[in-house]
Amino acid sequence: MKTDWTALFVFVLFFLLVTVIGFVAARWRRATDAQHLDEWGLGGRSFGTVVSWFLLGGDLYTAYTFIAVPALIYGVGAQGFYAVPYTIIAWPLVFLFLPRLWSVARSKGYVTLADFARGRYGSKSVAVAVALTGILATMPYIALQLVGIQAVLDTLHVGGGSSFGKDLPLLIAFAVLAAYTYSSGLRAPALIAFVKDTLVYVVVLVAIIYIPIRLGGYGHIFHDAAGAMAKTNPATGKPRGSMVPGAQAQWAYATLALGSAMALFMYPHSATGVMAAKDRLTVRRNLAVMPAYSLMLGLLSLLGFMAVSAGVGKGVKGYNSQLAIPQLFQQMFPSWFAGVAFAAIGIGALVPAAIMSIAAANLFTRNIYKDLLKPDATPAEETKVAKLVSLVVKLGALGFVLGIDKQFSINLQLLGGIWILQTFPAIVGGLFVRWFHRWALLAGWAAGMAYGTWKAYGVAAAGKPGSHFGGSSANIPVIGQIGYIGVTALVLNLAVAVVLTLVLKAAKAPEGVDETVAADYVADVGDAPADSDTEGPEHGRDVIAPVTT
Amino acid sequence: MSEPSAPRLPLVTPVRVVCAVLLAAPFVALLWVDSYATDKPALAGIPFFYWYQLLWVVLSALMTGLAYVLFTREEKQRKAQRPARGGEQA
Repeated sequence: MKTDWTALFVFVLFFLLVTVIGFVAARWRRATDAQHLDEWGLGGRSFGTVVSWFLLGGDLYTAYTFIAVPALIYGVGAQGFYAVPYTIIAWPLVFLFLPRLWSVARSKGYVTLADFARGRYGSKSVAVAVALTGILATMPYIALQLVGIQAVLDTLHVGGGSSFGKDLPLLIAFAVLAAYTYSSGLRAPALIAFVKDTLVYVVVLVAIIYIPIRLGGYGHIFHDAAGAMAKTNPATGKPRGSMVPGAQAQWAYATLALGSAMALFMYPHSATGVMAAKDRLTVRRNLAVMPAYSLMLGLLSLLGFMAVSAGVGKGVKGYNSQLAIPQLFQQMFPSWFAGVAFAAIGIGALVPAAIMSIAAANLFTRNIYKDLLKPDATPAEETKVAKLVSLVVKLGALGFVLGIDKQFSINLQLLGGIWILQTFPAIVGGLFVRWFHRWALLAGWAAGMAYGTWKAYGVAAAGKPGSHFGGSSANIPVIGQIGYIGVTALVLNLAVAVVLTLVLKAAKAPEGVDETVAADYVADVGDAPADSDTEGPEHGRDVIAPVTT
Repeated sequence: MSEPSAPRLPLVTPVRVVCAVLLAAPFVALLWVDSYATDKPALAGIPFFYWYQLLWVVLSALMTGLAYVLFTREEKQRKAQRPARGGEQA
């Protein structure tokens, strides 16, 4: 296949546009105290409803989502559609606890979830456990964003045959991303998210109307898909997939949806997006309008069936299903619009990659560097360290993609989801009650991590007996159904935490000091702060100043 | 933080119960997979399994939105009733 110059030109054009935006963002709503980590790492905690909405959407619905969810449906059918109930129930779920998280973070100046764990339980070890889990889970996630860009570049046939030429565009994209994240912090992805989401909405709307027309309607698409899913896969000797989950697969479907929804806001980058909101109402209002993205994701996932119907990858041995969607676009759209679609995916990778690296950097700086290594670090030093770490994190992710097997980052990301879910009791439990004992939480976390990792190790990839980390579902003990390992591990985690808390309370083991009070969890901008000695930055918002750092 | 000295406002109110039901409904509907794991009736060629869940995207959005309106309105009223910390708009 030849390089599609028109598509490439459009792609590069959009890429240049967001690069300019990324650097200009540094000047956008600049605060007086640019040295504070709140500025670089949380955009000055100043984002209103519209910016927050784009930021969170740009953050949570990543390029990898656009490629992987339809790719899963392309591969196995109905089981991949769990992403839809997942994003539906995520919003009512987080509606309950995110406003509380925002309030306590604002009131106490917390930048990360681990900050909250430390403050609530007076325990550095719980904080470090949360921080390490967050960093570990985020790294492969960033790597997957680069995998997303790579899928687009592969489809565009950029760089020719040599392996260096093939990697070069990715290196350039990466360098640009690293540079503007370094200089602009969270403001860069916030501004670029506008471009990203606009492009994505346009592409999705066009795709779900235009492609079915070309393929002969939805009825035809689903008919083709049903036929393809019923065919026997020679590698496994079973049908390729199914159009509705059978009785055997329903537990897995439901637990995957539930577990993923619970894990969503345990990820550092999601928490960063929330904490950057300017007031409590902004958070809640956003959660009420976020489902618009779920609709987009639902429609998008149907593209997987369209790719089946269009015959993308048909008859190709060992076909990489991650290429299904980019190739569908290339096959169906005129060149220039394929370029727009590729730009949507490419930019869709840059926004979350930037936010994730910022979130991981915040975690390292606040909960490892400052808490463990250099307790007297000034805010300016924190910002400096965070900026450097954001570069290191991205380099690590790049290393993953270029050096190690791509499949490995996908497996690690599945594992990351199981891991991050194990911080749920400490964070969400802590937002409502101060009942758990810190040591019990730590033990529960360790039990959940160990169990989850061990179980995932035992899952072989389809058609490859004896392989490891091939999926995230396994037999649930006692119930005897196949379910998401993350949820099983979480149940174990909770059981350990509850039992040990009772034991430790009976033994009168020393509790950590809780620096938060009930009012912190409902505090809002405009409430009388506890001790207001700091003026808000120039855009004149009322602040509950970052009281403690 | 100054602690309000007045009696605490009730934690469970009718409005909050309605909000809880609105927020809980999508969980029940979608985690009960067996209730919708079927092909028929199809809508415009889309099997029931798919259009039903897409319909829930919209339903759940409306329900979460309604819960937001109800909850926010009630919280404003509660804030007005809460002594000591009111009236200090910075």
